[in-house]
Amino acid sequence: MAEPLLELRNLRKAYGALIVTDDVSLSVQPGELHAIIGPNGAGKTTLIHQISGTLSSDSGSILFGGEDFTHLSMPQRVRRGLARSFQITSILPGFSALANVALAVQARSGSSFRFFGNASLEKALNAPAMDCLAEVGLAARAHIPAGLLSHGEKRQLELAIGLATEPKLLLLDEPLAGTGHDESQRVVETLRRLKSRLTIVLIEHDMDAVFSLADRVSVLVYGRVIATDTPERIRANPEVRAAYLGEEEMV
Amino acid sequence: MTELAETPSAPMPSLATRFEIVPIVLFAAFVAAPLFAMVSGAEGYVLSLLTRVMVFGIAAMALDLILGYGALVSFGHAAFLGLGGYAVGILASHGIEDLLVQIPVALAASAIFALITGAISLRTKGVYFIMITLAFGQMLYFLATSLAAYGGDDGMTLASRSLVAGSSILENDFTFYWVCLLCLLGAYAFSRSVVASRFGRVLRGTKENAIRMEAIGFQPFRYQLAAYVLSGMMAGLAGCLLANQAEFVSPAYMTWQRSGELIFMVVLGGLGSLHGAIIGAAAFLLLEEFLPEILHGLSFFLGEETRAHLAENWKMVFGPLLILIVLFVRGGIMGLLRRPHHG
Repeated sequence: MAEPLLELRNLRKAYGALIVTDDVSLSVQPGELHAIIGPNGAGKTTLIHQISGTLSSDSGSILFGGEDFTHLSMPQRVRRGLARSFQITSILPGFSALANVALAVQARSGSSFRFFGNASLEKALNAPAMDCLAEVGLAARAHIPAGLLSHGEKRQLELAIGLATEPKLLLLDEPLAGTGHDESQRVVETLRRLKSRLTIVLIEHDMDAVFSLADRVSVLVYGRVIATDTPERIRANPEVRAAYLGEEEMV
Repeated sequence: MTELAETPSAPMPSLATRFEIVPIVLFAAFVAAPLFAMVSGAEGYVLSLLTRVMVFGIAAMALDLILGYGALVSFGHAAFLGLGGYAVGILASHGIEDLLVQIPVALAASAIFALITGAISLRTKGVYFIMITLAFGQMLYFLATSLAAYGGDDGMTLASRSLVAGSSILENDFTFYWVCLLCLLGAYAFSRSVVASRFGRVLRGTKENAIRMEAIGFQPFRYQLAAYVLSGMMAGLAGCLLANQAEFVSPAYMTWQRSGELIFMVVLGGLGSLHGAIIGAAAFLLLEEFLPEILHGLSFFLGEETRAHLAENWKMVFGPLLILIVLFVRGGIMGLLRRPHHG
């Protein structure tokens, strides 16, 4: 197997006596879509926070492309190609959809300590931003203030912002949360298109989406990874079935 | 997709141009005011009042840059007025009376003070930021009161206004008025540019959602600190002008009440529009100046003694009036000016 793009080694995080991430080791291969599933409260979002740098880890290490990321800040990780989306939509509501994405382009192209020149007129920022919006199907809504977009559109916008940072790996925290059927179909289609170009780590509760998109699935229960395998084998895994029993129905 | 990208933020320009009328009228009024002053017969009084309005306009605008666009509520901005004022006063007392030296020194002192206090204050958020900026402001205030060599509590009177390249042209009230107007215009143009620039966009984005900004790779602290330094320097410039206008410097420049007044001017005018801050400063200072007469005139139906009392205790009306404006006119005076367009 090729060298993993992202590798977690014995990652731990505890709040007092409550162990949220318990000795998690995981490797994500370049190009794969790696889904992390688990019952509510399994510590999935905490794990994403640790990988992205929103939270620090108590012990263990995070390697990205062979480089030790454990002690880097979130902005530093983003600049090295590790982007994330949020479970609870996080956008700039007063900015247009285009400006939201253009800011992400701006973050990686040239200094932002420029006090002259109108940033919203810079073609070098707007053109790539427009491409990212087109990629998620939001081009027609580019000039709408982001706060006025529908919930599903905001989810797509977040995806576009993530893409605009030109990540090597995209961490997606429940991109389908709260979207309607049609909207979630659209996001799934977008992810299907993206997975050929990008490595993706996906946390999602929608099992249909997970099993149709993922190359490999890791199951997190009470902060521990109990299995990592292909979707078919995960579905057949008795331990996984036991963990999910009574939580929600597996497909 | 590129043809779409070439028409950036389509709805914005029409909105923006519609509001441009306000700053044009505002600056035209400042240009026309000296003529009015000449025919009014109270030339010195009108000019000095309006010069003060412009100087506080610069300071309020400086505050608006971080308050309106960065949501950083600095409760110690009067400290920069004091720094600018004392730079003029202290240098003048040592025989350095040229504004071309005094202004760079004032700007440098403001920048250094802003850099140090900002680097500490910006590590806190919300109420803590307000309190720590207040504390730094008070620190400087008490430092000034203890400067016995430079007047201490009483402050010091300047022998004359500053020189410009050795000439005393600022002694003329009209010239000084035009210099202040030029500074106001320059500060306004610079601030407008900063707000629209790449830097300003990061600052505005951080105001809306700092976590999102970090998640796309920005470190908000650096941009907030730079904005704080810029704002401090602008307020420092206002301090230089204020010292020259009053020909007097004292610790009263940097009391926390003064910082509060600056916040009030910005909120009164309307946050986040720059010229709103100038309008707010004008409204505040003119109300403060004319409210006693207005009250006296409006209460014509009352007895002479009551009218006199009312005019004397005008602050009893001033305070509630300001509160009512802020409560019921959302977006301040700029909000009021914008409202008819929305219909």
